[in-house]
Amino acid sequence: MSKNIILCGVGGQGTILASRLIATAAMDRKIPIKTAETIGMAQRGGSVFSHLRLGDGTNSPLIGKGEVDLIIGFEPGETVRQLPFLKKGGAVVVSSRPVMPVSAMIGQSNYDADAMIEYLKAHVERLTIVDADKAAKELGSAKVLNVVLLGAALRSGELGLSEEDLENAVRERVPEKFLELNKKALSWCMEVKNAN
Amino acid sequence: MHKEFLMGNEAIALGALAAGVNLVSGYPGTPSTEVLETIAKRNPGNVYVEWSINEKAGMEVAAGAAYTGARALVTMKQVGLNVASDPLMSLEYIGVKGGMVVLVADDPGPISSQTEQDTRTFGMFSKVPVFDPASVAEAYEMIQEAFDFSEKYGTPVFFRATTRVDHGYEAVEVKDPAEYYVNKPEGFVKDPSRWVIFPRLSVKNHALIEKRNAQLKDILSDYPRNQILKEAEPAGCRKGIATHGVNFMYTLDSLHGRDARVMRVATPFPFPEKLALDFLEGLDEVLCVEELDPVIERALTFICGKFGLKVRIRGKLTGDIPPSGENSMEIVGNALTQFLGETAGNGAQSEGGNVLPQPPALPVRPPVLCAGCPHRASFYAVKAAMRGKKTIYCGDIGCYTLGNAAPLDMCDTCLCMGAGIGIAQGVGHIEPDTKCFAFVGDSTFFASGITETINAFYNQADMTLVVLDNSTTAMTGHQPHPGTGRTVMGQIVEKVSIEKVLRAIGLKVVETVDPLDYALSVETVKRVADEPGVKAIIFRSPCIAISKPKGHSRVDPDKCIACGKCIRELGCPALILGEDGKKAKIDTSMCTGCTLCEQLCPVKAISGGNKNDTAIPGEDLQKGGRHE
Repeated sequence: MSKNIILCGVGGQGTILASRLIATAAMDRKIPIKTAETIGMAQRGGSVFSHLRLGDGTNSPLIGKGEVDLIIGFEPGETVRQLPFLKKGGAVVVSSRPVMPVSAMIGQSNYDADAMIEYLKAHVERLTIVDADKAAKELGSAKVLNVVLLGAALRSGELGLSEEDLENAVRERVPEKFLELNKKALSWCMEVKNAN
Repeated sequence: MHKEFLMGNEAIALGALAAGVNLVSGYPGTPSTEVLETIAKRNPGNVYVEWSINEKAGMEVAAGAAYTGARALVTMKQVGLNVASDPLMSLEYIGVKGGMVVLVADDPGPISSQTEQDTRTFGMFSKVPVFDPASVAEAYEMIQEAFDFSEKYGTPVFFRATTRVDHGYEAVEVKDPAEYYVNKPEGFVKDPSRWVIFPRLSVKNHALIEKRNAQLKDILSDYPRNQILKEAEPAGCRKGIATHGVNFMYTLDSLHGRDARVMRVATPFPFPEKLALDFLEGLDEVLCVEELDPVIERALTFICGKFGLKVRIRGKLTGDIPPSGENSMEIVGNALTQFLGETAGNGAQSEGGNVLPQPPALPVRPPVLCAGCPHRASFYAVKAAMRGKKTIYCGDIGCYTLGNAAPLDMCDTCLCMGAGIGIAQGVGHIEPDTKCFAFVGDSTFFASGITETINAFYNQADMTLVVLDNSTTAMTGHQPHPGTGRTVMGQIVEKVSIEKVLRAIGLKVVETVDPLDYALSVETVKRVADEPGVKAIIFRSPCIAISKPKGHSRVDPDKCIACGKCIRELGCPALILGEDGKKAKIDTSMCTGCTLCEQLCPVKAISGGNKNDTAIPGEDLQKGGRHE
């Protein structure tokens, strides 16, 4: 098995923990894994991405354009930004909730998040849109968006891991008091009604 | 041995521990920071670790340890090496007794730096041998070899990784602490003919260094990580690829069965000449796949000239590889296709990415100050106080460089650590009618602001020094510094007071104020900026990442008149437009309740925040009081 995955979003959204959870699950399954992360200045509200490569046969930590099996997008615009990496027939899981950049709030740039979702709908066949606001409301926390998205990614079948693998990883990586919340978050998208 | 999923910098740290490192010093800087942090975290108990106040201090501390026979590691980013270059240039002439590795993290892109300088070139300039790892797992092994090499040849060595190795992750087979090499330093042995640099010693040692480095070219030709991949090479192969670091990985993944002889250079200086001759044998053309400087390209071009070889060397200097910036799989893949053609054994990859129409305008996201960041309040107060006056705001390196962005627009210059003070002074000497401000962070003040302040004070400058004291080294991930009262080894120590340092220099006006008190801050800036000479304001309020918010502010939609002042003037990421697209709303998941917007709102429509009154527990914060 080999899978190339990109996680993308805005600094502070929890992409790094999500990347770590996938890596932990892969390690436990003895699947070779390499990742590359954005760390540094971009974490202050900039565009961030993680490249993950599961399986044998690759050397580079970065993935080439058109080689990605799955994009897990924490933000619509950031997902569109990474779309050229997706291979033909690849899957995309995206959170519906935009993060407005300050530049747009003060009128120095435009950002139409609905247009991003429309663009994704038009150009990605295997698209899962996760209603992040609904998830936050039902789960009682917006902070577990990363785990909700991982649950949706599981459903895409392109993660190369099982629900049990991820549950174990969550147990290893997440503090005890947040465990129940994270388990709920992980299964939130397993039911079809919560994603389209 | 056991397996761990490690960041490159963690692997380097564990490799140094396995090599028996006795002392580690450094100054934080992306992408190098995690090396020293991991050493501190995984310290078996016998390693001395410190965050030095700057790279020069770190280099000297490591040199001292290496003089005793200890194994020493000093860590920094590439621009930090500029600060440390004074001791390093001389240290190469003196040499070391214990192994000493200078870890420098280069930042192609640059992603988080001022320059794209290449430490491989610095190796040539300083005559210090360079190790250039290609992967996380290799870095773990290679740093251990670097220590052995340094000790064997009595020279400091560079261990130069780039972002994709430093911040890449891989599962790595690592030693258990019981398997670590134990280095017992002999101790410093007095010998002025060895340790005291005088011109006579320099003349003698320079000759020895040149002789040694010439020999190292041959020795390093046999270093297994300098290698030629000939296995896949078909008979009569006429084309070669020479590469290094993570670009070696990009090259392997981009060959897709196409025919070429590949050479990987792991020690760009001294350059493995014999190996290169072996590589060039029978080739017509070589493409050098490099990031940053054309180091291998120049070396191969030189070798062809020296030995009269008719091999065409291509790369950055011939326009085949971009001259600057970070390489990607696409850049390397396209360059290989140009060079080798599509005639592949098992099919060159040609489909590329999804062919997509132009997407709608993508969000523009320059990094910004966090919601609730006290720097925003400090900048806003100075801006408000100086409205209508001719000013210059000289910035510096740290989170507060982000004060340049709209709508604050409070960073007119930024050059390097500490430079804002000198620049403000220089502008003031030429433009006496300009109100000159220099903004410097607390860690940066200790790193390189003190000497500049003395210079400005003694040389009769007229300027306002603004110290943005958030009690941490925020941008690089909250390392302690002399103002924090703790060390990376966990000791609680006496703090160095910024106020006392400034007063000791001789500044008559040194005022400390909480920037989240808007009216008082504006009043203080107005008053202090009118004083003659060099005067200082210390804005003290902790970084939001190290203090717990006590509440969130909320906008009362019935009171909000949709004037947009809060959003337009503060640029706080937590301030957004409400559902009606006109009135302000606060994203409570980001808001820290700093209350700055509450104080600014003309109709008092925002409330509910609760800023920390005494910024730092135990700190004698006097509001607006004069400290003389």
